Amino acid sequence: MKVNGLFKPKTLDEAYHKLTEHSKNVVMAGGAWLRLSNRTVEEAIDLSVLPLSYVKDRGDVVEIGSMTTLHEIETDDTIKSLYGGILSQAVSQIMGIGLRNVVTIGGNVVARHGFSDVITPLLTMRAKLHFYKRGTISLEAFLDIRGKTTDVLEKIIIPKRKAAGYFKKVTKTALDFAIINVSVTCDEEGFSVAVGSRPSVGQLAYEAMGLLNQAKDVDEKHIDLAAFKAADLLKFSDNHRGSQAYREELTAVYVKRGLLAVKTCFNQRGGHDD
Amino acid sequence: MINITFMVNHRKHSLEVKPGEYLIETLKRLNIHSVRRGCDTASCGVCTVLVDLKPVPSCATLTARLAGKNVTTVEGIHDEAGALADYFGLEGADQCGFCNPGIALSVHALKQQSSPITEADIKQALTGHLCRCSGYVSQVKAIMAYLKDDAHV
Amino acid sequence: MSKTRVVNQVRPSVDGKGIMQGRKGYTHDFVPDDALIVKVLRSPHAFAKITSIKTDEAKQLSGVHCVLTHLDFKRKAHTRAGQGYPEPSPHDTFVLDYYLRYVGDEVAVVAADDEDTALEALSLIKVDYEVLEPVLDFEQAKDNNIRVHPEEDIYEMFPIGFDPKRNLAAAYHMEVGDVEKTLKAADVVVESSFYTQAQAHVMMEPHTVHASFDVYGRLTLYSSTQTPFHVRRIISQTLAIPLSQIRVIKPRVGGGFGGKQAIHGELLVAAIALKTNKPASLRYTRQEVFESTYTRHPMRIDLKIGAKKDGTIQAIDCYGLSDTGAYGEHALTVFMVTGSKVLPLYNKVDSVRFHGDVVYTNRTSSGAYRGYGAIQGNFALESLIDMLADKLAMDPVKLREKNMMKEGETSPIFEIMGEGTEGTAMTMDSCKLDVCVEEGLKLSKWHDIYPRKQTNNKIKSVGMAIAMQGSGIPYIDMGAATIKLNDDGFYNLMVGATDIGQGSDTILTQIAAEALMTEVENVAVYSSDSDLTPFDAGAYASSTTYVSGNAVLKAAESLKAMMLKEAARVLHVKERDITFDGKTFKAADDEITLSSLSNQLYYNDEQKQLTATESYVGHKSPPPFMAGFVTIEIDPQTCEFEILNYTSVVDCGTTINKALAKGQIEGGIVQGLGMACFEDVHITKTGRLISNNMLNYKIPGVHDIQSLTTMFTDSFEPSGPYGAKSVGEIGIDTPPAALANAVYNALGVRLTSLPITPEKIFKAMKEKERNHA
Ligand SMILES: Cc1cc2nc3c(=O)[nH]c(=O)nc-3n(C[C@H](O)[C@H](O)[C@H](O)COP(=O)(O)OP(=O)(O)OC[C@H]3O[C@@H](n4cnc5c(N)ncnc54)[C@H](O)[C@@H]3O)c2cc1C
Repeated sequence: MKVNGLFKPKTLDEAYHKLTEHSKNVVMAGGAWLRLSNRTVEEAIDLSVLPLSYVKDRGDVVEIGSMTTLHEIETDDTIKSLYGGILSQAVSQIMGIGLRNVVTIGGNVVARHGFSDVITPLLTMRAKLHFYKRGTISLEAFLDIRGKTTDVLEKIIIPKRKAAGYFKKVTKTALDFAIINVSVTCDEEGFSVAVGSRPSVGQLAYEAMGLLNQAKDVDEKHIDLAAFKAADLLKFSDNHRGSQAYREELTAVYVKRGLLAVKTCFNQRGGHDD
Repeated sequence: MINITFMVNHRKHSLEVKPGEYLIETLKRLNIHSVRRGCDTASCGVCTVLVDLKPVPSCATLTARLAGKNVTTVEGIHDEAGALADYFGLEGADQCGFCNPGIALSVHALKQQSSPITEADIKQALTGHLCRCSGYVSQVKAIMAYLKDDAHV
Repeated sequence: MSKTRVVNQVRPSVDGKGIMQGRKGYTHDFVPDDALIVKVLRSPHAFAKITSIKTDEAKQLSGVHCVLTHLDFKRKAHTRAGQGYPEPSPHDTFVLDYYLRYVGDEVAVVAADDEDTALEALSLIKVDYEVLEPVLDFEQAKDNNIRVHPEEDIYEMFPIGFDPKRNLAAAYHMEVGDVEKTLKAADVVVESSFYTQAQAHVMMEPHTVHASFDVYGRLTLYSSTQTPFHVRRIISQTLAIPLSQIRVIKPRVGGGFGGKQAIHGELLVAAIALKTNKPASLRYTRQEVFESTYTRHPMRIDLKIGAKKDGTIQAIDCYGLSDTGAYGEHALTVFMVTGSKVLPLYNKVDSVRFHGDVVYTNRTSSGAYRGYGAIQGNFALESLIDMLADKLAMDPVKLREKNMMKEGETSPIFEIMGEGTEGTAMTMDSCKLDVCVEEGLKLSKWHDIYPRKQTNNKIKSVGMAIAMQGSGIPYIDMGAATIKLNDDGFYNLMVGATDIGQGSDTILTQIAAEALMTEVENVAVYSSDSDLTPFDAGAYASSTTYVSGNAVLKAAESLKAMMLKEAARVLHVKERDITFDGKTFKAADDEITLSSLSNQLYYNDEQKQLTATESYVGHKSPPPFMAGFVTIEIDPQTCEFEILNYTSVVDCGTTINKALAKGQIEGGIVQGLGMACFEDVHITKTGRLISNNMLNYKIPGVHDIQSLTTMFTDSFEPSGPYGAKSVGEIGIDTPPAALANAVYNALGVRLTSLPITPEKIFKAMKEKERNHA
């Protein structure tokens, strides 16, 4: 990456206007991913000067500032207690502490990497994104938008629910990108299942979820069928980390393991699981 | 060009940097040789430095964003690095050494942890510091022994 | 052997502290401030011919000092292999060429004031390519219509089977007895083909070199090389500069593993410095390291073993096909080691054949890499031995114990196969392979686990393999050492031997200190500098401890004899009437300390400088041996597995430095596990490397290995310094076969292509289920 100028905004509004002023202006969060690209950036808008690095417990929701680093997320006690701590677990498996001290949750989400280990759990945590201009939209809705993001992500909002969660990143070696990642949660609204690095970006397995959430009591048969559906109906393809067929198999196995892990929570709906 | 002032190993530096200049380049300009390039993709850990005592890859850190920050390279923890080297030597963990300054800095950062340091903490701290020589096990042992004697465990 | 004080002990690396403290040490730390930055334009095509190249615009860019293309060089075929002379590798390379033979091959080179300008200049060079169809599949290369090397002005230095018309860089054939006949008569025959991949070295320091002129007008290079003396020779021969005008300094090197044996940017920076009269510096990007240096030779090995029902192995038949990529560096020698340092493991056969071809393809060149052919051969042989045991319903360890090499035995292969030439007959004066196996079984708790154990939903299993390597190249590679006595009685040790991180400076210092009866602190070591240190072939072929170590020992003994002579003169007695304890020369009723003696020699009386230089060339290459045992835990549903432990029991003779020897073994094991488990090369259909950075080519990290158990047997090699053999390569050989055997023991599927990934195991399981159904 070549950077011709660095802009230090005083407000989100300034950042937003700078971003929309020129097609070659970009928001710079951690900058670690931007750095790998070959493009020339006219002005990099340095978000690190804005107060966007925080984890705030608002009672019914938790807000994570977009500039919060993955290492801050990993060590934050509030996040450890959300959905069984899957977000903390997921980020702690991304490279080393050094890199995690640089890269941000906002950068990860906006970049919409296919391999993202952040988006997959966030989908199952019913996360919403709050953009400066556009306001609040669901993460799923954001993933459906094509093209460059011309708005500034301010924060990520996660509901505080009684919930259980399961996250699995399958890799060839600990420091690699995922062959697949799987996240399964269960809260008072029901089950969520998402699979990422297919190798395209994380997606909720709606059919599998529907099947489970319509069942009165979830037993092994439902779980087997849901795992099968997730593997069968989500789209997978080949890359050099894994083939489509292997990804489907892994999905079936880990969705099942995830459901078994969180199922007790479902069957105690309205009860008191932690 | 951007004017910035920041500290490197407790010495104040005011200098002009290009907006796209990474810390690894700036440190070379400041005649600091211990921060070396290993990979170009923030993947190897060789160029690790501490910014306000947190390890970061200096190849992915823009200098222009460091106004007012404290940067530490291994030159800034000279004696401590020397002490750690003794333990590496006893375990046979010191070979080509290209990754060692970065590791010494991550160990220094680890020592800031308030709770007792476990082997798992050491492995977490070493994650991302690639080493092609040692096979890691001796490094973990050496760091463990060093921290024990340094009363951090 | 009397007890040693410094050798066979732990000593921290002599440079370990300085390196940890970040002192200036590596090549890039010494780049002159005014050095031009050199950048290389590289081929975007796997095979192409330059039809026109225009550099005017690039040359006119402000800040650009020099642009060189193939038109600027006199055409002189050479090899970059970095071997002794004449090389056993074909001279098939030109400094820059109008043919480009792989994506990343060198098109042109630019020197500018700074990196940005140099990169901009590269983009201003206009090249027209005639894009040719490449040969990317090495199994299709031999006798293909496409010729990777169509030019006429390339040649072999002596017969190595070089035949570029057939895309052959080298070929080899040897046979003892009549293999076909023995196989026909054998009770059982097992056979299989094995594939190994183009593992990357991934030393942490990228290849780096700079050149400048010193005050005497001589060209001085700093290079991160394993072979400074070969570099000097090749620059002189290729650029036609007198050897006397070149100095090559090898500072600290951030890892090599064979990847820095060959020359890389040396010719380019030398040419730029000559052309511009300015210092020039080239540091490879990580992408260039992946694309444009070297890899391990990928191979297919077709192996057959014939045996009696009782498990007596009678015949081994091995055909190999090796892919040397675009250029033939180490083509023949790596290939020969696949046979010569593997097949003698089972030395009691009636007949053995080893033959095959090394082919050119339009891929990144292959070259030297720790293991050097042996790891490829070992994977095949040690996998097939387990397959044989299976077929014979015999315990694989017992099968090995019955047939493997033992102390005092020999193999006819030693005499037939050398490195590129004939070999040297030798018997195993030290071979504790039997102890290695026995101890390894205990340490790995083999019998508790073998073949497998169910734990919860996982399966724990074990697998093992044995290996051998060599210690230097006999009658070819020489090492030399100089020891100088200073006032106050301390020494300088100057060695051409190349410390590349493996710790040779330290162990050579220990050998000198032991012989001179002093401590490491009294011996200041310096390596390597073609002006200041005596010759050494370099850090390769597992030669430093054995070859250079013997040279150091000889030099120390010589110097000691000189010192005794001087002490006898001063004390007015005969030399034999003096005892020396490292500090003091004692006669019956008089004595003088080394410190006083050396001070007198410097300043007071019959002044002279005492210096001893000795050299050593091996007359044999005593193999180190080892047995490796892996314990894995595998998830039978997904076939993901974890390496729980790797046990290594090693016979490397005496360990000169116990800690550094352990470091060599453990580093080798983990590098070998990387090759066994996941390190892999991916290219596009057109031959561009996908795994050309550390995001896409992964090496083991701290979480990939749970524990390592490493032990050395009591062993003494009479021809080695203080009983030592080599230890640098042996560690890497066993992991691939041990892992394949462990996977088989866990799940009953046999993986014959590396890396053994969970996905491949999974596919093999599905295949097995289908066959059963
Ligand atoms: C070596 C390496 C390995 C990695 N491995 C993994 C892995 O295994 N799993 C994984 O999930 N991730 C991985 N990542 C990605 C990492 O987690 C981050 O997602 C990535 O670095 C982007 O974060 P950043 O803070 O660096 O963002 P930047 O590089 O600064 O930005 C990324 C993109 O997002 C835009 N952007 C950033 N913040 C905002 C905002 N607030 N508003 C609008 N736009 C914004 C930028 O303009 C840019 O286009 C890896 C990254 C590296 C460098």
